[in-house]
Amino acid sequence: MKCVTCRGPAVIDIRRQNANYCVDHFFEQCRRQVTKAIDEWKMIEPSDRVLVAVSGGKDSLAIWDLLIELGYQADGFYVGLGIGEYSEVSHSHAAAFAESRGLTLLTVDIPTSYGYDIPTGSRAARRAPCSACGLSKRHLFDAAALEGGYDVLVTGHNLDDEAAVLFGNTLHWHTEYLGRQLPVLPARDGFPKKVKPLVRLTERETAAYCLLKGIDYLVDECPMAVGNRHLSYKEALNDIEVKSPGAKHSFYFGFLDRASKHFAPEADEDREGLEPCLTCGAPTPSGTCAFCRLVDRAGGHQPEPVPVELGAIRTRTTS
Amino acid sequence: MKVILRNPRRELDISGPRTVINLLASLDLNREAHLVMRDGELIPGDAALDDTDVIEVRPVISGGDR
Repeated sequence: MKCVTCRGPAVIDIRRQNANYCVDHFFEQCRRQVTKAIDEWKMIEPSDRVLVAVSGGKDSLAIWDLLIELGYQADGFYVGLGIGEYSEVSHSHAAAFAESRGLTLLTVDIPTSYGYDIPTGSRAARRAPCSACGLSKRHLFDAAALEGGYDVLVTGHNLDDEAAVLFGNTLHWHTEYLGRQLPVLPARDGFPKKVKPLVRLTERETAAYCLLKGIDYLVDECPMAVGNRHLSYKEALNDIEVKSPGAKHSFYFGFLDRASKHFAPEADEDREGLEPCLTCGAPTPSGTCAFCRLVDRAGGHQPEPVPVELGAIRTRTTS
Repeated sequence: MKVILRNPRRELDISGPRTVINLLASLDLNREAHLVMRDGELIPGDAALDDTDVIEVRPVISGGDR
């Protein structure tokens, strides 16, 4: 395979574009797609102070690197989830990335600051682990961005993430969620501006970007996420993508172009009538917010060890 | 060739020659959900693999409630 731009040896094929790229032109392609998303959706102004939600995985490290390359002023924010060795290793990847580039990484450790970890706390609060994790991270990301005076909060959601969420919301006709599934959510009372500059890249491309850039990211999947619905939606969409390259792009961007606006009124209704949480002041429909209720129910439980096999290797032979 | 897989980590011995695309198909792995490396270097779908290669197949799918 030859690079579509320079005809040199290609290192990656991107079937939805019917194109192959060498290393340099793949980097150029990634920068071009991120720039296009930022410009098209007015995500970030050159003078903005940017906070990137960083997990130590490929997507968040790739977007942090790309934003710095594109000249933005971006700090990182890491949330320690207390998921045993997985969290320790993920933090070490985020911290090493920041240190190697002289960047600022802010950190909040949930067990230390709030008295629970995701495995034990989610069980105590009778929530699915991914639900408790997502709720905790969203609350802490918002708080960190607002308290730190950042203009915009960046997350590493990529095309696969957005297509999978859209797939799930459509399967179950969660119309209030469909109305706010946008690459940009503007700032409003109690919420920072949130943007997703990776929506034009797949996670295969963000992983390739990290590999080719020498960014050491956490490859292992979160032990709490194994078998969840979001992953099964991604698998289903990739099965379609193999037979019909470009299907994920056309599904998601077709939705944004042609369908999203029809669900906006319901999303607007959902956003109205929020009031400050009685405990922390974050916006909530009434009384105490979901995060404070989670802290109240999950805090103080004795942590349980999480089985994580980050290093074990098994061997078998196939002809 | 030695093929290293992740999540969970394991090693397979697979006969060559074959291409990257053929290797993934023989392992029943989706091309859109994996990258393939030889000696730590990313290689494209038409790259030819032989018995002496050490190959890593890296999954790229991740995520919980995002």
